[in-house]
Amino acid sequence: MRKHKRLGSYNNWGYLFVLPFSVIFLIFSVYPVLRTLHLSFTDLKVMGDAHFIGFNNYIRVIQDKFFWKALLNTVRIWGVNIVLQLGLAFLLMMVFSDVKYKMKGLGFFRIVYYLPNLIAATSVAFLFQTLLDWRYGSFNIIISNIARFFGTSYNPVDWIGNGHVVPYVIAVIQSWMWFGNSFIMLMAGVQGIPKDYFEAAAIDGAGRWTVFFKITLPLLRPIMMYVAITSLIGGLQMFDLPFLMIQPSSSAYGNVQTVMMYLYRFGFTAGSINTGYASAVAYMLFLIILAVSLIQLYLFRDKDKTNTKKGGRK
Amino acid sequence: MRTYKNNVIHDKIMKCILYLAIGLLAVVSFFPFYAMIINATRSGVEISRAFSLIPSSHLVENYVQLIKFVNIPRGILNSILVSVPATLFTAYFSALAAYGLAFYKFKTNKIVFAAILIFMMIPGQLSLIGFYQLCTKLHLVNSYLPLILPAIASPGTVFFLRQYALSAVPETLIEAARLDGANELYTFHRIIIPILSPGIATMGIMTFIGNWNSYLLPMIILNKTEKFTLPVMVSTLRSATDLQQNQGATYLAVAISVIPIMLVFTFFSRYIISSISAGAVKE
Repeated sequence: MRKHKRLGSYNNWGYLFVLPFSVIFLIFSVYPVLRTLHLSFTDLKVMGDAHFIGFNNYIRVIQDKFFWKALLNTVRIWGVNIVLQLGLAFLLMMVFSDVKYKMKGLGFFRIVYYLPNLIAATSVAFLFQTLLDWRYGSFNIIISNIARFFGTSYNPVDWIGNGHVVPYVIAVIQSWMWFGNSFIMLMAGVQGIPKDYFEAAAIDGAGRWTVFFKITLPLLRPIMMYVAITSLIGGLQMFDLPFLMIQPSSSAYGNVQTVMMYLYRFGFTAGSINTGYASAVAYMLFLIILAVSLIQLYLFRDKDKTNTKKGGRK
Repeated sequence: MRTYKNNVIHDKIMKCILYLAIGLLAVVSFFPFYAMIINATRSGVEISRAFSLIPSSHLVENYVQLIKFVNIPRGILNSILVSVPATLFTAYFSALAAYGLAFYKFKTNKIVFAAILIFMMIPGQLSLIGFYQLCTKLHLVNSYLPLILPAIASPGTVFFLRQYALSAVPETLIEAARLDGANELYTFHRIIIPILSPGIATMGIMTFIGNWNSYLLPMIILNKTEKFTLPVMVSTLRSATDLQQNQGATYLAVAISVIPIMLVFTFFSRYIISSISAGAVKE
């Protein structure tokens, strides 16, 4: 009896341990999320009174072609980025996990590949803005030097000012920042595959491509899903890089304005603040992210099931 | 048919090509930083005339020019004032909550854990506007508190450390401490934290880098120049400098903002790699 009671009193310490987290969590995470939801149904501008206006903000978001253009911009940058980023990470993973070549230096290379991810987006944006400056940037100077060496001339490309080029430039920079991260994740997945599988395959006389397609690839599927979903959630919220690299006055702006930049304009840019509307944009973006994540989950889960079935039959 | 010897040669060539390719990618990863450091030592005229891989002698001159526009030492100090307490808060309170969730049975345990899982999935932009409204209401604009206090509640870190505690802390150890009459908080501070320290270090480094690099939130909360953290300060250079004349100074600004993180990384890269790997294997 007495022991039981004492055990119960120990468990009450749990409340104390979770208390600081819970209080701050309620104030700075839960409340703001609910407050944004509430504001999305009001006409609050900067300060002052907020009136309930039902779904009007949401209807306006759906009808605004600039919102959809921003979404298209975001998806385009993310799409090009994820193909490059995952493709590169995948090739690297194949090289470093190859059973025949047994490449060395994984520890060194993954650190170097990860370096670009460490740097603040402000610094990355600023660095590339300076490197890619069409007249004085080192990039164009190097290309024109090479062109001169081969006896031709190079008409400098305006990497940042040209609206048709800059979305891809941003996508490439984004992949440059993130491929190391994806590579480390994929490598962790490969190293997590039990050695027995490979040994058994070797005993069965399976070639390295068979091993790759029948063992490595199917077992990596959950991690690829994880990388794709986290990248999508981050990618649809893209802000820092395009915001910092392209001025609103630039003619390229219309092609790089992301949904977050659109939200920022209505949420925080003096002169165009419409808090209620910006809140509705935030929730629309959330719904889109949710829908796409669920579709991704569904697609990957289906394949997973057939795989386990196959495994079970063996 | 290829002979065995031919095969070996073929493999060797293939291997060389692969090393060349991954080496080239390493150069691509590092080159912009190298160009940045070199250009930070060159004058604007030198930079616009030609590209060079050899440092020049204008470092001090660039620095003098740079601090005319922004108070970089102040920015570093501000970034430290925000990032260090925020990181310590995240590390300590996440470990506390994680331990509580992992080893104590109380009524709201499951609710808190479910809330953590949900908020790990919710993108940050959902709270942005509500958060700003809250800060204006509490008169916290231009204060560091909104950048530091929320660090106490970091759902991702709590989740990670809870899983870590469940695998690293044997329950018998806690019971033994109780039999010895140890107070629960004493047990946490003297026994649990040392056991959890590799996990805490891993999450702490990532939190520090995230805070140090954070841009959107400080930019929204802070609007006094003397309060700016380093990333916000660097971003103001865009309008403050005439790129044509001060390219060397701009490179230097970026270099100064990057070097502390590079130093952290060289010392702690092991922890960073392990935290990314943990994220992948967790699924």
